Amino acid sequence: MTAEELKSAILEQFPGITIGEGGEFPELLVAPDQFKPLMSKLRFDKTYVFDFLSCLTCVDWKTHLTMVYHLVSRKHRMTIVVKCQLADVAQPETDTVSDIWKTANFHEREVYDLFGVRFNGHPDLRRILLDENWEGYPLRKNYKDENMIEL
Amino acid sequence: MNLLEENTVTEDGQFVINIGPQHPSTHGVLHLKAWLDGETIQKLQPHLGYIHRSIEKMSERLSYRNFIYATSRMDYLSAHINNQACALAVEKGLQIQAPPRAQAIRVLLAELTRLSSHQLWWGCTGLDLGAVTPFFYAFREREAIMDIMEETCGARLTQNFCVPGGVMYDVHPNFVSRVRDIIKQVREKFKEYDEILTGNVIFENRTKGVGYISAEDVISYGVTGPAARGSGVSCDVRKWFPYDGYEQLDFNEILADGGDCYARYMVRMEEMKQSANIIEQLIDNLPEGDFQAKSKTLLKLPKGEFYQRVETARGELGVYIVSEGGATPYRIKYRSPNFSNLSALEEMTIGSKIGDLMAIMSTLDLVIPDIDR
Repeated sequence: MTAEELKSAILEQFPGITIGEGGEFPELLVAPDQFKPLMSKLRFDKTYVFDFLSCLTCVDWKTHLTMVYHLVSRKHRMTIVVKCQLADVAQPETDTVSDIWKTANFHEREVYDLFGVRFNGHPDLRRILLDENWEGYPLRKNYKDENMIEL
Repeated sequence: MNLLEENTVTEDGQFVINIGPQHPSTHGVLHLKAWLDGETIQKLQPHLGYIHRSIEKMSERLSYRNFIYATSRMDYLSAHINNQACALAVEKGLQIQAPPRAQAIRVLLAELTRLSSHQLWWGCTGLDLGAVTPFFYAFREREAIMDIMEETCGARLTQNFCVPGGVMYDVHPNFVSRVRDIIKQVREKFKEYDEILTGNVIFENRTKGVGYISAEDVISYGVTGPAARGSGVSCDVRKWFPYDGYEQLDFNEILADGGDCYARYMVRMEEMKQSANIIEQLIDNLPEGDFQAKSKTLLKLPKGEFYQRVETARGELGVYIVSEGGATPYRIKYRSPNFSNLSALEEMTIGSKIGDLMAIMSTLDLVIPDIDR
């Protein structure tokens, strides 16, 4: 399966998806309501089999947050990027994928810890790196700490 | 979390004990909380973050030449390979490529790093399981490799030798002859390693059938590196997504199908030999030419996203750079191999005895600063 075949196959099943261009890997920008069905499809559908979640992270764009998932299909030796925008910066939340890829359990806890994104359906959503009483989410662009020095 | 407030015996009679954060076998400050029924582990929760240094946040303030060296402090036993990953990611953004000589030097140093890292692991595994001698044997050869690193890079552990576009300097004049000598020496010592530990009855009893994890779980938990290959999962980035000329080199990806501690042990033992193979191929054919591609002093990456994977001694390291076109990255994410490998620890340990936990942790080869970043 080539990248072009993959894009057209996914567009057929999920017409609402925007395909990003210019990056190294095919990029799928998905709306929050279609996010979980798309991820299940990518993992379990026999034509895709993206069985390895390589990287799960979040980027703070100030006006919104973007969840970024790097998925690898070992069957097709292909990497794709799935992105999902979270419009609500104050109370960002999205669906967990820890029931699809077990590695997401730890990675989502890290994103919760450092960005404050809540994952619906996560089995054990606690801070992972920082102390439980820590205030704020350090990787947010507007994070302020009394010990931070502005250069 | 207040440890004293927690009950040490649960209602159904399970003992709760804390292993670490100061425990010799965790090889760093990792805190494991274990629920025990007698000696059998029922549940295991890692508590991390004791040495979280927020390298990702720090890197947002550092230039593209400087952020590379913060990664030496993540997985300090694969420092050079971490630097290589960052340099490759920046090169991807600048659309330049390191000259052939620089690539060869990088791969040589990367394989020396892997060899020395696996040697340290071998010594520590012996130590964790009660055998003290392997530790001295391992450090004997490792010291010689560290000396080579010091001569060429100026540092023993945190080499900081990679720059975007190549390496910082050419290798030391003694480099080629000393590497030839050490490889010859190491090849002879591999037999000694096997004699003292691999065939040992006590060692085999403590590792065979212990800490089993299936291939499906390995993929689902995102375990990579020798720990995954011990369950028969092919995941070597050097083969899957080659970089820096690995595609031209002749080496094998080592797979074992046991899925237990012994299989992971055997994978690493064989990987040391493969690293020696790669070094032997390159050391006699080191290409002539520049050791650095020309680039500007102040690097600015175009707007976009760049992702680079490399195979460190412990698995797949991913560097994800988001650039807004400035002189510093907008966001950096390190997908560190140990973080994902640690998430599978509970799966491996449930139902094992508490004493086996040390064997399992040893063969996962965790480096704590890489987990906490």
